[in-house]
Amino acid sequence: MILFELFLGFLWIGCFSFGGAYGAIPLIREVVLSYGWIEEEKLSYMIAVSESTPGPIMVNLATYIGSVKAGVPGATIATAAVILPAFLTVIVLMTLLKKLIGNGVFQATLSSLKACVIGIVLATGAYMILINCIGSVNNFSVDYSAIIMTVALGAVYFVSKKIIRNGISPIILICIAGIAGIIVFGR
Amino acid sequence: MIPLIENVCVTKKEWITHEEMMNITVVAESTPGPIAINCATYVGSKKKGFWGAVAATLGVTLPSFLIILMISFFIDRFLEIKWVASAFKGIKIAVGILIFDAAVKMIVKMKKKPLSIIILSVAFIAMMLINVFALRVSTIVLMLAASLAGLFVYLIKRHKNGEASK
Repeated sequence: MILFELFLGFLWIGCFSFGGAYGAIPLIREVVLSYGWIEEEKLSYMIAVSESTPGPIMVNLATYIGSVKAGVPGATIATAAVILPAFLTVIVLMTLLKKLIGNGVFQATLSSLKACVIGIVLATGAYMILINCIGSVNNFSVDYSAIIMTVALGAVYFVSKKIIRNGISPIILICIAGIAGIIVFGR
Repeated sequence: MIPLIENVCVTKKEWITHEEMMNITVVAESTPGPIAINCATYVGSKKKGFWGAVAATLGVTLPSFLIILMISFFIDRFLEIKWVASAFKGIKIAVGILIFDAAVKMIVKMKKKPLSIIILSVAFIAMMLINVFALRVSTIVLMLAASLAGLFVYLIKRHKNGEASK
Protein backbone atom coordinates (compact mmCIF):
# COMPACT_ATOMS: atom_id res chain seq x y z
CA MET A 1 0.00 0.00 0.00
CA ILE A 2 2.74 2.44 0.95
CA LEU A 3 4.56 1.51 -2.26
CA PHE A 4 1.48 2.42 -4.27
CA GLU A 5 1.14 5.71 -2.38
CA LEU A 6 4.80 6.52 -3.02
CA PHE A 7 4.36 5.75 -6.70
CA LEU A 8 1.27 7.96 -7.04
CA GLY A 9 2.71 10.81 -4.97
CA PHE A 10 5.98 11.00 -6.87
CA LEU A 11 4.37 10.46 -10.25
CA TRP A 12 2.20 13.49 -9.45
CA ILE A 13 5.32 15.47 -8.51
CA GLY A 14 7.07 14.35 -11.71
CA CYS A 15 4.10 15.48 -13.81
CA PHE A 16 3.76 18.97 -12.36
CA SER A 17 7.25 20.04 -11.33
CA PHE A 18 7.80 22.97 -13.66
CA GLY A 19 10.56 25.50 -13.19
CA GLY A 20 13.70 23.44 -12.57
CA ALA A 21 15.17 22.06 -9.37
CA TYR A 22 13.79 24.59 -6.91
CA GLY A 23 10.50 24.90 -8.76
CA ALA A 24 9.67 21.37 -7.61
CA ILE A 25 10.25 22.00 -3.92
CA PRO A 26 6.86 23.60 -3.07
CA LEU A 27 5.05 20.69 -4.73
CA ILE A 28 7.25 18.07 -3.06
CA ARG A 29 6.67 19.79 0.28
CA GLU A 30 2.91 19.79 -0.30
CA VAL A 31 2.73 16.11 -1.30
CA VAL A 32 5.11 14.90 1.39
CA LEU A 33 3.33 16.80 4.17
CA SER A 34 -0.17 15.84 3.00
CA TYR A 35 0.71 12.13 3.03
CA GLY A 36 2.56 12.70 6.32
CA TRP A 37 5.64 10.84 5.04
CA ILE A 38 8.22 12.92 6.95
CA GLU A 39 8.12 16.06 9.12
CA GLU A 40 8.77 19.52 7.73
CA GLU A 41 12.01 19.78 9.73
CA LYS A 42 13.47 16.60 8.20
CA LEU A 43 12.43 17.70 4.75
CA SER A 44 14.42 20.91 4.96
CA TYR A 45 17.44 18.92 6.22
CA MET A 46 17.13 16.63 3.21
CA ILE A 47 16.84 19.55 0.81
CA ALA A 48 20.26 20.64 2.11
CA VAL A 49 21.66 17.11 1.71
CA SER A 50 20.20 16.86 -1.83
CA GLU A 51 21.73 20.21 -2.72
CA SER A 52 25.16 19.05 -1.50
CA THR A 53 25.15 15.69 -3.29
CA PRO A 54 25.18 15.07 -7.05
CA GLY A 55 21.99 14.56 -9.01
CA PRO A 56 18.74 16.53 -9.38
CA ILE A 57 17.18 17.60 -6.07
CA MET A 58 13.78 16.10 -6.79
CA VAL A 59 15.26 12.71 -7.69
CA ASN A 60 17.36 12.74 -4.52
CA LEU A 61 14.35 13.59 -2.36
CA ALA A 62 12.33 10.80 -3.99
CA THR A 63 15.09 8.30 -3.24
CA TYR A 64 15.38 9.47 0.37
CA ILE A 65 11.67 9.52 1.17
CA GLY A 66 11.08 6.20 -0.60
CA SER A 67 13.90 4.62 1.37
CA VAL A 68 12.73 6.00 4.72
CA LYS A 69 9.14 4.82 4.15
CA ALA A 70 9.73 1.45 2.47
CA GLY A 71 13.44 0.58 2.20
CA VAL A 72 15.13 -0.21 -1.11
CA PRO A 73 11.85 -1.10 -2.93
CA GLY A 74 10.36 2.20 -1.77
CA ALA A 75 13.41 4.15 -2.94
CA THR A 76 13.34 2.40 -6.31
CA ILE A 77 9.63 2.98 -6.90
CA ALA A 78 9.65 6.62 -5.75
CA THR A 79 12.69 7.42 -7.92
CA ALA A 80 11.25 5.67 -10.97
CA ALA A 81 7.91 7.44 -10.52
CA VAL A 82 9.46 10.90 -10.29
CA ILE A 83 11.56 10.50 -13.47
CA LEU A 84 8.92 8.66 -15.50
CA PRO A 85 7.07 11.77 -16.78
CA ALA A 86 10.31 13.45 -17.95
CA PHE A 87 11.38 10.18 -19.60
CA LEU A 88 8.06 9.68 -21.40
CA THR A 89 7.91 13.33 -22.43
CA VAL A 90 11.09 12.92 -24.43
CA ILE A 91 10.26 9.47 -25.83
CA VAL A 92 6.71 10.30 -26.91
CA LEU A 93 6.50 14.05 -27.28
CA MET A 94 9.90 15.31 -28.46
CA THR A 95 8.92 15.87 -32.10
CA LEU A 96 5.51 17.22 -31.18
CA LEU A 97 7.00 19.54 -28.57
CA LYS A 98 9.49 21.06 -31.00
CA LYS A 99 6.57 22.31 -33.07
CA LEU A 100 4.50 23.32 -30.05
CA ILE A 101 7.21 25.47 -28.50
CA GLY A 102 7.11 27.97 -31.37
CA ASN A 103 3.33 28.25 -31.01
CA GLY A 104 1.96 31.48 -29.53
CA VAL A 105 -0.80 29.84 -27.48
CA PHE A 106 1.71 27.43 -25.93
CA GLN A 107 4.19 30.22 -25.20
CA ALA A 108 1.55 32.45 -23.61
CA THR A 109 0.28 29.64 -21.38
CA LEU A 110 3.77 28.56 -20.41
CA SER A 111 5.09 32.02 -19.55
CA SER A 112 2.11 32.58 -17.23
CA LEU A 113 2.67 29.17 -15.68
CA LYS A 114 6.34 29.99 -15.10
CA ALA A 115 5.50 33.35 -13.51
CA CYS A 116 3.14 31.52 -11.16
CA VAL A 117 5.82 28.95 -10.24
CA ILE A 118 8.25 31.77 -9.42
CA GLY A 119 5.65 33.34 -7.12
CA ILE A 120 5.10 29.97 -5.41
CA VAL A 121 8.83 29.36 -4.93
CA LEU A 122 9.32 32.89 -3.59
CA ALA A 123 6.50 32.36 -1.08
CA THR A 124 7.88 28.97 -0.05
CA GLY A 125 11.34 30.45 0.61
CA ALA A 126 9.86 33.42 2.47
CA TYR A 127 7.61 31.16 4.54
CA MET A 128 10.47 28.81 5.46
CA ILE A 129 12.53 31.80 6.63
CA LEU A 130 9.49 33.03 8.56
CA ILE A 131 8.84 29.77 10.45
CA ASN A 132 12.54 29.47 11.30
CA CYS A 133 12.39 32.92 12.90
CA ILE A 134 8.95 33.24 14.49
CA GLY A 135 7.35 29.79 14.30
CA SER A 136 4.00 28.99 12.70
CA VAL A 137 0.55 30.43 13.39
CA ASN A 138 -0.31 27.62 15.82
CA ASN A 139 3.11 27.58 17.41
CA PHE A 140 4.23 31.18 17.65
CA SER A 141 7.64 31.65 19.26
CA VAL A 142 10.23 34.25 18.36
CA ASP A 143 13.69 32.74 17.99
CA TYR A 144 16.21 35.58 18.22
CA SER A 145 19.29 33.49 17.43
CA ALA A 146 17.55 32.21 14.26
CA ILE A 147 16.69 35.78 13.23
CA ILE A 148 20.27 36.91 13.71
CA MET A 149 21.59 33.89 11.78
CA THR A 150 19.13 34.48 8.93
CA VAL A 151 20.20 38.10 8.59
CA ALA A 152 23.91 37.22 8.85
CA LEU A 153 23.78 34.30 6.40
CA GLY A 154 21.59 36.26 4.00
CA ALA A 155 24.05 39.15 4.13
CA VAL A 156 27.05 36.86 3.54
CA TYR A 157 25.31 35.11 0.65
CA PHE A 158 23.97 38.16 -1.16
CA VAL A 159 27.00 40.39 -0.51
CA SER A 160 29.31 37.65 -1.84
CA LYS A 161 27.55 38.03 -5.19
CA LYS A 162 28.72 41.62 -5.37
CA ILE A 163 32.31 40.68 -4.59
CA ILE A 164 32.96 37.46 -6.53
CA ARG A 165 31.33 36.35 -9.74
CA ASN A 166 28.23 34.21 -9.03
CA GLY A 167 28.88 34.57 -5.29
CA ILE A 168 29.59 31.64 -2.96
CA SER A 169 28.06 28.32 -3.97
CA PRO A 170 25.04 26.86 -2.13
CA ILE A 171 27.26 24.13 -0.68
CA ILE A 172 29.61 26.70 0.87
CA LEU A 173 26.61 28.51 2.37
CA ILE A 174 25.35 25.20 3.79
CA CYS A 175 28.79 24.55 5.34
CA ILE A 176 28.95 28.04 6.88
CA ALA A 177 25.40 27.59 8.20
CA GLY A 178 26.34 24.21 9.69
CA ILE A 179 29.35 25.64 11.51
CA ALA A 180 27.32 28.65 12.69
CA GLY A 181 24.61 26.23 13.85
CA ILE A 182 27.12 24.29 15.98
CA ILE A 183 28.38 27.54 17.54
CA VAL A 184 24.94 29.11 18.13
CA PHE A 185 22.73 26.11 18.96
CA GLY A 186 25.40 23.70 20.22
CA ARG A 187 25.77 25.16 23.66
CA MET B 1 24.51 20.69 -14.60
CA ILE B 2 23.95 21.84 -18.21
CA PRO B 3 27.63 22.71 -18.88
CA LEU B 4 28.65 19.26 -17.61
CA ILE B 5 26.13 17.51 -19.87
CA GLU B 6 27.21 19.64 -22.81
CA ASN B 7 30.86 18.84 -22.16
CA VAL B 8 30.29 15.06 -22.15
CA CYS B 9 27.54 14.67 -24.77
CA VAL B 10 28.58 17.32 -27.29
CA THR B 11 32.32 17.97 -26.92
CA LYS B 12 33.80 14.67 -25.76
CA LYS B 13 31.59 11.89 -27.04
CA GLU B 14 29.95 13.82 -29.90
CA TRP B 15 26.66 11.99 -29.31
CA ILE B 16 24.61 15.07 -30.19
CA THR B 17 25.27 18.47 -31.78
CA HIS B 18 25.28 21.79 -29.96
CA GLU B 19 22.07 22.63 -31.83
CA GLU B 20 20.34 19.53 -30.44
CA MET B 21 21.57 20.35 -26.96
CA MET B 22 19.96 23.79 -27.23
CA ASN B 23 16.71 22.16 -28.37
CA ILE B 24 16.71 19.79 -25.39
CA THR B 25 17.32 22.67 -23.01
CA VAL B 26 14.30 24.52 -24.40
CA VAL B 27 12.09 21.42 -24.23
CA ALA B 28 13.33 20.59 -20.72
CA GLU B 29 12.51 24.08 -19.52
CA SER B 30 9.00 23.83 -20.95
CA THR B 31 8.21 20.41 -19.52
CA PRO B 32 8.14 19.07 -15.96
CA GLY B 33 10.99 17.06 -14.52
CA PRO B 34 14.76 17.44 -14.16
CA ILE B 35 16.75 18.51 -17.23
CA ALA B 36 19.37 15.79 -16.71
CA ILE B 37 16.68 13.16 -17.21
CA ASN B 38 15.32 14.81 -20.38
CA CYS B 39 18.82 14.99 -21.75
CA ALA B 40 19.82 11.41 -20.96
CA THR B 41 16.59 10.08 -22.40
CA TYR B 42 17.03 12.08 -25.61
CA VAL B 43 20.66 11.08 -26.16
CA GLY B 44 19.99 7.41 -25.34
CA SER B 45 16.95 7.30 -27.58
CA LYS B 46 18.78 8.92 -30.48
CA LYS B 47 21.73 6.54 -30.25
CA LYS B 48 19.99 3.25 -29.52
CA GLY B 49 16.21 3.64 -29.47
CA PHE B 50 14.01 2.86 -26.48
CA TRP B 51 16.51 0.65 -24.64
CA GLY B 52 19.24 3.22 -25.19
CA ALA B 53 16.96 5.76 -23.51
CA VAL B 54 16.35 3.38 -20.60
CA ALA B 55 20.08 2.68 -20.22
CA ALA B 56 21.10 6.35 -20.33
CA THR B 57 18.36 7.41 -17.89
CA LEU B 58 19.34 4.62 -15.48
CA GLY B 59 22.98 5.64 -15.83
CA VAL B 60 22.35 9.27 -14.95
CA THR B 61 20.14 8.36 -11.97
CA LEU B 62 22.11 5.51 -10.44
CA PRO B 63 25.05 7.36 -8.77
CA SER B 64 22.89 9.81 -6.82
CA PHE B 65 20.38 7.03 -6.10
CA LEU B 66 23.07 4.93 -4.41
CA ILE B 67 24.57 7.88 -2.53
CA ILE B 68 21.21 9.05 -1.15
CA LEU B 69 20.18 5.47 -0.35
CA MET B 70 23.28 5.07 1.81
CA ILE B 71 22.75 8.45 3.47
CA SER B 72 19.13 7.52 4.23
CA PHE B 73 20.27 4.44 6.15
CA PHE B 74 22.37 6.33 8.64
CA ILE B 75 21.11 9.92 8.72
CA ASP B 76 18.68 9.35 11.60
CA ARG B 77 21.40 7.95 13.82
CA PHE B 78 23.69 10.72 12.58
CA LEU B 79 21.14 13.36 13.64
CA GLU B 80 21.08 11.95 17.17
CA ILE B 81 24.63 13.25 17.65
CA LYS B 82 24.19 16.58 19.40
CA TRP B 83 26.58 18.72 17.34
CA VAL B 84 25.21 17.31 14.10
CA ALA B 85 21.67 18.24 15.16
CA SER B 86 22.88 21.77 15.96
CA ALA B 87 24.61 21.99 12.59
CA PHE B 88 21.39 21.00 10.83
CA LYS B 89 19.45 23.64 12.78
CA GLY B 90 21.79 26.16 11.18
CA ILE B 91 21.59 24.47 7.79
CA LYS B 92 17.79 24.70 7.88
CA ILE B 93 18.20 28.48 7.89
CA ALA B 94 20.47 28.29 4.84
CA VAL B 95 17.85 26.21 2.99
CA GLY B 96 15.24 28.96 3.40
CA ILE B 97 17.72 31.49 2.01
CA LEU B 98 18.66 29.21 -0.92
CA ILE B 99 15.03 28.69 -1.95
CA PHE B 100 14.34 32.40 -1.66
CA ASP B 101 17.44 33.09 -3.75
CA ALA B 102 16.38 30.55 -6.39
CA ALA B 103 13.17 32.54 -6.82
CA VAL B 104 15.06 35.84 -6.99
CA LYS B 105 17.32 34.40 -9.71
CA MET B 106 14.25 33.29 -11.69
CA ILE B 107 12.73 36.76 -11.35
CA VAL B 108 15.92 38.36 -12.70
CA LYS B 109 15.84 36.03 -15.73
CA MET B 110 12.10 36.42 -16.34
CA LYS B 111 10.74 38.61 -19.14
CA LYS B 112 9.01 41.32 -17.17
CA LYS B 113 5.71 41.71 -18.95
CA PRO B 114 2.86 43.29 -16.94
CA LEU B 115 0.82 40.07 -16.99
CA SER B 116 3.75 38.00 -15.68
CA ILE B 117 4.35 40.46 -12.86
CA ILE B 118 0.66 40.41 -11.87
CA ILE B 119 0.53 36.60 -11.93
CA LEU B 120 3.75 36.33 -9.95
CA SER B 121 2.46 38.73 -7.28
CA VAL B 122 -0.94 37.04 -7.00
CA ALA B 123 0.69 33.60 -6.81
CA PHE B 124 3.08 34.85 -4.11
CA ILE B 125 0.27 36.28 -1.98
CA ALA B 126 -1.96 33.22 -2.48
CA MET B 127 0.86 30.84 -1.58
CA MET B 128 1.76 32.87 1.52
CA LEU B 129 -1.87 32.68 2.69
CA ILE B 130 -2.00 28.94 1.93
CA ASN B 131 1.17 28.38 3.97
CA VAL B 132 0.38 30.65 6.91
CA PHE B 133 -3.18 29.43 7.39
CA ALA B 134 -2.39 25.84 6.34
CA LEU B 135 -5.14 25.95 3.71
CA ARG B 136 -5.80 22.79 1.78
CA VAL B 137 -5.30 24.29 -1.66
CA SER B 138 -2.88 22.58 -4.00
CA THR B 139 -0.18 24.57 -5.81
CA ILE B 140 -1.44 22.80 -8.92
CA VAL B 141 -4.70 24.77 -8.67
CA LEU B 142 -2.65 27.99 -8.69
CA MET B 143 -0.59 26.78 -11.65
CA LEU B 144 -3.69 25.81 -13.59
CA ALA B 145 -5.39 29.15 -12.89
CA ALA B 146 -2.27 31.05 -14.02
CA SER B 147 -2.01 29.02 -17.24
CA LEU B 148 -5.66 29.67 -18.05
CA ALA B 149 -5.26 33.39 -17.31
CA GLY B 150 -2.28 33.51 -19.68
CA LEU B 151 -4.20 31.63 -22.35
CA PHE B 152 -7.26 33.91 -22.10
CA VAL B 153 -5.26 37.13 -22.20
CA TYR B 154 -3.40 35.84 -25.26
CA LEU B 155 -6.62 34.85 -27.06
CA ILE B 156 -8.30 38.17 -26.26
CA LYS B 157 -5.26 40.08 -27.53
CA ARG B 158 -5.16 38.03 -30.71
CA HIS B 159 -8.86 38.58 -31.25
CA LYS B 160 -8.44 42.36 -30.81
CA ASN B 161 -5.47 42.47 -33.17
CA GLY B 162 -7.51 40.51 -35.67
CA GLU B 163 -10.35 43.07 -35.45
CA ALA B 164 -7.93 45.99 -35.78
CA SER B 165 -6.31 44.65 -38.92
CA LYS B 166 -9.66 44.21 -40.64
